[in-house]
Amino acid sequence: MTSSTPAKLILEDGTILEGVSCGFHGSTSGEVVFNTGMVGYPESFTDPSYKGQILVLTYPLIGNYGMPSWEKSKENIERFYESSHGQIQGMVVAHLSLDYSHWNAKQSLSSWLVEQKIPAITGIDTRALTKRLREKGVMLGKIVVEQDVVLEDPNIRNLVADVSIPQPVTYENGKMRIVVVDTGCKNNILRSLLARNVTVIRVPWDYDFHALKFDGLFLSNGPGDPKQCTATIAHLRKAIDKKIPTFGICLGNQLLALASGADTYKLKYGHRGQNQPCIDTRTGRCYITSQNHGFAVDTKTLKSGWKELFVNANDQTNEGIMHESGLFMSCQFHPEATPGPTDTGFLFDQFIEMVKQHERKF
Amino acid sequence: MKPKKVIILGSGALKIGEAGEFDYSTSQCLKALKEDSIQTVLVNPNIATYQTSAGMADRIYFLPITVDFVEGVIKKEKPDAIMLSFGGQTALNCGLELERKGILDKYGVSVLGTPIKAIELTEDRHLFAKELQSINVFVPKSKAAHHAHDALAIAEEIGYPVMIRVAFALGGKGSGVAHTKQELQRMVDEALTSSPQILVEEYLGGWKEIEYEVVRDAKDNCITVCNMENFDPLGIHTGESIVVAPSQTLSNSEYHLLRETSIKVIRHFGIVGECNIQFALDPRSEEYRVIEVNARLSRSSALASKATGYPLAYIAAKLGLGYSLPELQNSITKSTCACFEPALDYLVIKIPRWDLHKFKQVSKKIGSEMKSVGEVMSIGRTFEEALQKGLRMLGMGYKGLTGNDVELGDLAKELKEPTDERIFAVVEGMQQGMSVAEINKLTGIDPWFLERIRMILVVEAEIRKEYQHAGKLSAPTLLKAKQYGFSDYHLGRLVAKTELEVRELRKHYGILPSIKQIDTLAAEYPAQTNYLYLTYHGCTQGCHHDVAPLEQKNKSDKSMLVLGSGSYRIGSSVEFDWCSVHCALALQKAGYKTIMLNYNPETVSTDYDTSDKLYFEELSFERVLDIYELEQPEGLVVSMGGQIPNNLALRCHKAGLHIIGTSPVDIDSAEDRYKFSKLLDELSIDQPLWKELSTTEEAIKFARKANYPVLIRPSYVLSGSAMNVVFHDEELALYLEKAAKVSAEHPVVVSKFEVNSKELEIDAVGDHGKVVAWAISEHIENAGVHSGDATMVLPPQHTYLETLRRVKHITEKIAAALSITGPFNIQFLAKDNHVKVIECNLRASRSFPFVSKVLKQNFIELATLCMIGKGKKIALSNLDLDYVGVKAPQFSYSRLKGADPLLSVEMASTGEVGCLGKDLHEAFLKAVLATGLTWPKKGILLSVSGDENRYKLLDHIRKLADLGFKLYGTEHTAEFYSSHGIQIKMLHKVHEKTEPNTLTYLLHGKIDLVISMPKEYASVDSGGTKIVRRAAVDCNVPLINNIQLAKVFIDAIADKKMDDLEIKAWEEY
Repeated sequence: MTSSTPAKLILEDGTILEGVSCGFHGSTSGEVVFNTGMVGYPESFTDPSYKGQILVLTYPLIGNYGMPSWEKSKENIERFYESSHGQIQGMVVAHLSLDYSHWNAKQSLSSWLVEQKIPAITGIDTRALTKRLREKGVMLGKIVVEQDVVLEDPNIRNLVADVSIPQPVTYENGKMRIVVVDTGCKNNILRSLLARNVTVIRVPWDYDFHALKFDGLFLSNGPGDPKQCTATIAHLRKAIDKKIPTFGICLGNQLLALASGADTYKLKYGHRGQNQPCIDTRTGRCYITSQNHGFAVDTKTLKSGWKELFVNANDQTNEGIMHESGLFMSCQFHPEATPGPTDTGFLFDQFIEMVKQHERKF
Repeated sequence: MKPKKVIILGSGALKIGEAGEFDYSTSQCLKALKEDSIQTVLVNPNIATYQTSAGMADRIYFLPITVDFVEGVIKKEKPDAIMLSFGGQTALNCGLELERKGILDKYGVSVLGTPIKAIELTEDRHLFAKELQSINVFVPKSKAAHHAHDALAIAEEIGYPVMIRVAFALGGKGSGVAHTKQELQRMVDEALTSSPQILVEEYLGGWKEIEYEVVRDAKDNCITVCNMENFDPLGIHTGESIVVAPSQTLSNSEYHLLRETSIKVIRHFGIVGECNIQFALDPRSEEYRVIEVNARLSRSSALASKATGYPLAYIAAKLGLGYSLPELQNSITKSTCACFEPALDYLVIKIPRWDLHKFKQVSKKIGSEMKSVGEVMSIGRTFEEALQKGLRMLGMGYKGLTGNDVELGDLAKELKEPTDERIFAVVEGMQQGMSVAEINKLTGIDPWFLERIRMILVVEAEIRKEYQHAGKLSAPTLLKAKQYGFSDYHLGRLVAKTELEVRELRKHYGILPSIKQIDTLAAEYPAQTNYLYLTYHGCTQGCHHDVAPLEQKNKSDKSMLVLGSGSYRIGSSVEFDWCSVHCALALQKAGYKTIMLNYNPETVSTDYDTSDKLYFEELSFERVLDIYELEQPEGLVVSMGGQIPNNLALRCHKAGLHIIGTSPVDIDSAEDRYKFSKLLDELSIDQPLWKELSTTEEAIKFARKANYPVLIRPSYVLSGSAMNVVFHDEELALYLEKAAKVSAEHPVVVSKFEVNSKELEIDAVGDHGKVVAWAISEHIENAGVHSGDATMVLPPQHTYLETLRRVKHITEKIAAALSITGPFNIQFLAKDNHVKVIECNLRASRSFPFVSKVLKQNFIELATLCMIGKGKKIALSNLDLDYVGVKAPQFSYSRLKGADPLLSVEMASTGEVGCLGKDLHEAFLKAVLATGLTWPKKGILLSVSGDENRYKLLDHIRKLADLGFKLYGTEHTAEFYSSHGIQIKMLHKVHEKTEPNTLTYLLHGKIDLVISMPKEYASVDSGGTKIVRRAAVDCNVPLINNIQLAKVFIDAIADKKMDDLEIKAWEEY
C-alpha cells in the first residue's frame, strides 16, 4: 500500500533531505520554492507560473480531497484546473494523503502525479526546509529517485515560451474585445474575463497583437524572469505609446513596468501563498491576496507619470502600478484567485470599466 | 475620537456553554485598552478569573451582570463607552437590555465595536434569515414561531424531521431535532418557557459543519482568521464536536466560497471587531447554508486564536477603539501587518471534555445542545498525531485511540446515536471489521477522518506484529508509532515494557521530539514569540528545533517549568488557571524565565505572552520529562494547576526532576488517604473514625460499627470523584466497586460521616513548615456538601473564636509535620468547638483566588516566593475585616437533562462567583443573584421531604409569609405548614396531572422561586421531590435546594432590599 521507494531532496547548498517517492518515480531538477496556502493544490500544480519550479507546500497534509476530473467547459477550458496539465517540476510535502474524500475527486494526488510524470517526495520536514529557504533564499534543488540528475537553473531559459500557446485562440462572448497575451495564463483569468461578457483573443507571448482589432489589452501571469520576454516588452511599449487600455497580473505587472522603463529584481524567496495583505494606494484599503511570484517591480525606478497602485503591507514591496492617465494598471497578486481569496476580483470590473471609458478600436 | 473611560462586561460564573474562554477574551481586551491609556471599569462577579486580578482594570466590580447592577455602575462611574463583545452571551444580553431600556442613552454611553443594531439582527433568527436572504446568502428554510400551533404548521410545510432552535440562547440551549409531531409539541412547549421565540428549520443532518472566524474594521477591511471543520457532521453542537483547524476536506473552491460568503455577511451586518459564522456544507455538492452568526467573541474564536496564534480578542478590542487592521501589527512576528490571514503548517484538534458520569440519570447522548464542560486542544503535524494527543489530554484515563476501557452498548446504535464516547465506538467498529464506508453511513463522519483512525489501527497492528515476530521494536517502527501519536506508556502496554523502558529504547534509537513554533505565517517570517509544540515529524534527520531549547550562551538565565491545569472540568476550572498565571508572573518578577505547560485553549495561561515560553502540550509524565530534559529548568512547579500536576509529583520526583515547594514525598503523605489518616493519629489530631479497607466484608463490618452513614474516599482525587456518603450495606458495596475503578492504584478509606457538622476550610501558605499566611472560610451548608458546591463565607460569621483558634493550631501542626512550602488547603468538620480534619491538599485550592482577592493579598505570589526561598511572613488579619466575602457555586443543570439538581459530596457545579458586601446578607445576596437567582416577587413553591426538614425551616417559612409572599406547597409540605397556621396553597405534583398543578404554575410564571430538598444526606431522592426541582430548572425558575442556604436567603431578603446592595468597587473595600 505505502510506497517505500526512497527519494532525496538535494539542495544547491548541499542539504540532503530524505523522504519517500510519492509521485512519478523519476528525478528532476528545478528552483525550490515554498507556498504557504492551505488549500488549492490542484490549482497550484497546474499554474504555469510554477514552470521549472519544485514546489514545497508548507501545509503538511496534502491530497486529502484528491484531484478532480479534466472536464472542460463549453469554451474548452478545464473546469477544475488552471491549465491543461501539471506544470510544477516536482512536489515536496510532509504528508501525502494516499486516500482522499471529496465528491468532485476522480483520482488520488499520487496517481495524478504519476500520470503527469511529476516526481514528488513525502516525509520531509517542510517547516525546517522552508526556514532554510527563507534564510538563504530560494535555491536550485533536485528530487532524486534512483537516477541522479544535474542541477539546472530554469531561470536562464525563457520559460514563458514553454508555457504559452502556439496559435491565437478566440473565445467569442461579447462585443468588447480583449487581447490576452498568454505568457502562461491561468484558466481563471480567462474565466474571469469571459464572465464579464467580453470576447477574449488569447495570443502567444511574442505575438504582434497590434495587427488585431480590439478594445483592451490584458497581460497574464507567467513563470520566470520577466526580462526574458523581450518580444512581449517591445509590443507593450508600442501599446503604451498607442494608449491602449491595459491591465496586467503578476508577470504582467513586471512586463508593464519594464515596458514603461522601470526595473525589476528577484526577491529573496518570493511571495507564494494566499494571505498576503496589499494596500490599495488610492483608498488605503487592505486586501488579502493570492500570490505566486519570485520577481518584483522596483518602485524606486518608476518613471514619471507612473505610480504605485498596491503595496505589500508586510514588506512594503511593490504589488501593482498604474499610470496617471488611468489607461494602464497592473497588480502583482492574483485577483483571479484559484487558489486563494477572491477579494480583489473587482479589479477585472475596473479594467472593463477602464476599457469602456476609452472605447475605440485599435 | 477615542473614549476616555470604558466599561466592560464580563461573563460571570463559568457555566456549560460559557466558560473560561471569556476570561481570555476580556483579559486581552483590558490589555488592549490599557495600552491606549484608556480607563477601564470591569463588571464581573467571577472572582477566580485572571481579568479580575488587581491592576487588570482600573475599577473592578464583583457584581452580577444584570441591568440593575450595571446601571448602578454606569451611574456611578460615568463611562463614555461600553464594550459588550468580550463577555459572551451574558454580556451581550445584558447590553441589549441596557439599550432597550434606554439606559445607555440616558447616561450617554456609546457602544464600541459592533453596533447594537447589528447584534440584534444576528440574535433574532427571523430577522437574521431575512437579512441574509436579501443579499443572496443561503440560510436553512425556516420560520419563526411564537406559539406551538404555528410551529406545528411550519413543520408540516417544511416536512419532518425539523430542527428547533431557540433565539437568545447560549450554547444552543433548548435546540433539538423533532422527528414527529409529538416530539415537536413537547420541545416547543419547553423552549417557549425560556424564550419568546423559536425557529422551525429544514434539517441538515449529515452535512459538514464549517466555521469561519471573521474580522472587520470600521474602514471595511475584512479578514478570515481561521476556518474550522467539525469532525462530527451537523446535528451535533459545535461545542460538542471534535473540531479541526484548518478544514481538511474542503477544496479551494469550497474554502473560498465560504470565506467570501463570510465576508459578505460581516459587511452586510456592519460588524466591527470579530464574529463567528457557522456553515452547513453539503458533502455531495457546493450547496451551503449559513447556520449561525455570533457577533461577539466566542468559544470558537478563543480556539481560533490559540489555533493560529492570532490574538483575536486583542485585535477586536483595538478595532473597537477605531483602529484599522493595517494600522496594527502582527504581534507574533512583530514586523508584519495584522491585516492578514494566518497560514498554518500544523493542524489542531479540539476535543470536548464531558463530565456526564458525574450526574446520575443524565443521558450520555450528545446532540444539538451543549453538555461538555471544557475542552482540550492538541497540535500536531498529522491528524493521527494530534488526535491521540488530544484524547490523552482529556484526562479521562484514555491511553490514546486504542487500549481503553470503554463500555459500549449496541455498536450500530452507538455509532448512529452519538454519545460522549462515540469515537471509541468507531474504533470498536473497525476492530470488528466494519468498513470505512459502513461507519461513514452510520455516523456521517467524513471518510477522510475515518481513514485517519483506521491508519492508527493499522500502525498498532504493525507494532503488535513486529513485537510478536522479533520480540522488540525496531527503530523505524518505533519512530512511526511516535509519529502516529502513540505514547510511551501505550507502547509499553503493547510490547510488555514499562513506560520508562520504552523511553530508554527510544532515546537509544535517537527518537526524540522536535520543538516547533506557531508563527502565523508558516515560517515565511521569523516569529518573536515562543508559542511551541512538540512533534515527532521533524526528527528523521536529527531534530530541527525552531527554538533553541536551552539558552546555553547565557548561563545566568534560570528557568522554571510551571504545569498548568489542563481541561476545565467539574472541580477544576478557571481558578487553577489564575493560580498558574500568577505563579508564572511571580517567578518572572523574581528573575526567572518561565515555561508554561498547558493545553486548554480557554485559558490565559496559554496566551503566548503570559510566559517566556509556552508549550501547548500534554500534561503527562512523558511530556513533562521531554520538556524538562530539553529545557533543563531549575525546577518544576506542580502545586498550581490542581490535581493533574499534583498527581505527577511523585513520579517526576522519582525520575529525578527537581520539584520546588513541598516535597513530593510529603505531598504523597497528604494525598494517600491511608498515610494521611495515620499521620493525623500520630499528631493526635482528631479526625472522623476511619479505616483503610481491603475487602468489602471488612468495610461493612467497620461501617456497622461506626454506625452509618459513612463516607467512602479514594486517594488522589479532586472534586470528589467516586466520593460518596452511604447509608447501608448494599450502597457501600456498590460504591466501593465504583471507587476501585476510579483509582485502582491507591487505597480507599472509609470513614464515619458526621451529620449536622459545620465545614470550615483554611487556605494557607507554608514556608518550610511555618504558616506564613492563612485564611479561614466557613461553609453555609452543613458538611456533606462538596466544598466546591458549598457557599463560602470569609471571614466566618458564625463560628466560635475558639473553633478558629483550634483550626489554626491544627494547621500549624500539619504544616510542620509535612514541612509544607507553598500553597495548601485543609478542610475541617466543626461541631460545638470540636474540630476534625477531613482533608488536606498540598497544592493551591479552588478558593485561592477568592481568599486572595477578599483579603487583598495574593496568596499565590507569596507561595511562589516561599517556593524559591524568598518567603516572608504576612501580617494578615482575617477576622476584623470591615466587609464580608461570599463565594457561591454556579450550576448548569438546565443543560443536563434528567439530572437531579441536588447537593452532595460529589461536586456538580461548573463555576462560581465571589462578591463583597458590608455584611453577610449583602454579600450573600449579591453572590446568589450573580449565579442567576432572582429576587422573588410573586410566589414561592415549597417542596420539602420529611417532617424533620420541614420543621427546621418552619420559622423561616413563617417569615416568608409575614413578608407577604404567596406560598405554594406540594401535598405534604403544604399540609405541614398549613397545620402550623401558615397560609399556603397546595399544588399537585407534576406527574399527578391534576390542577392546580405545580408544572402549570411554573410554566405560567406564577412562581419565581422554588425551595425544594429531599431528606438531608439522602443519596437518592427519597421523597419524590426530584421532579419538582427538575421542573423548576427546566422552566428556568430559580431553585434553592439546601436548608441552611434557604435560611440565609430568607433572612437576607427579610433584612435587605434591592437598593441596599451597594454599588462598590473592589478597590473601595
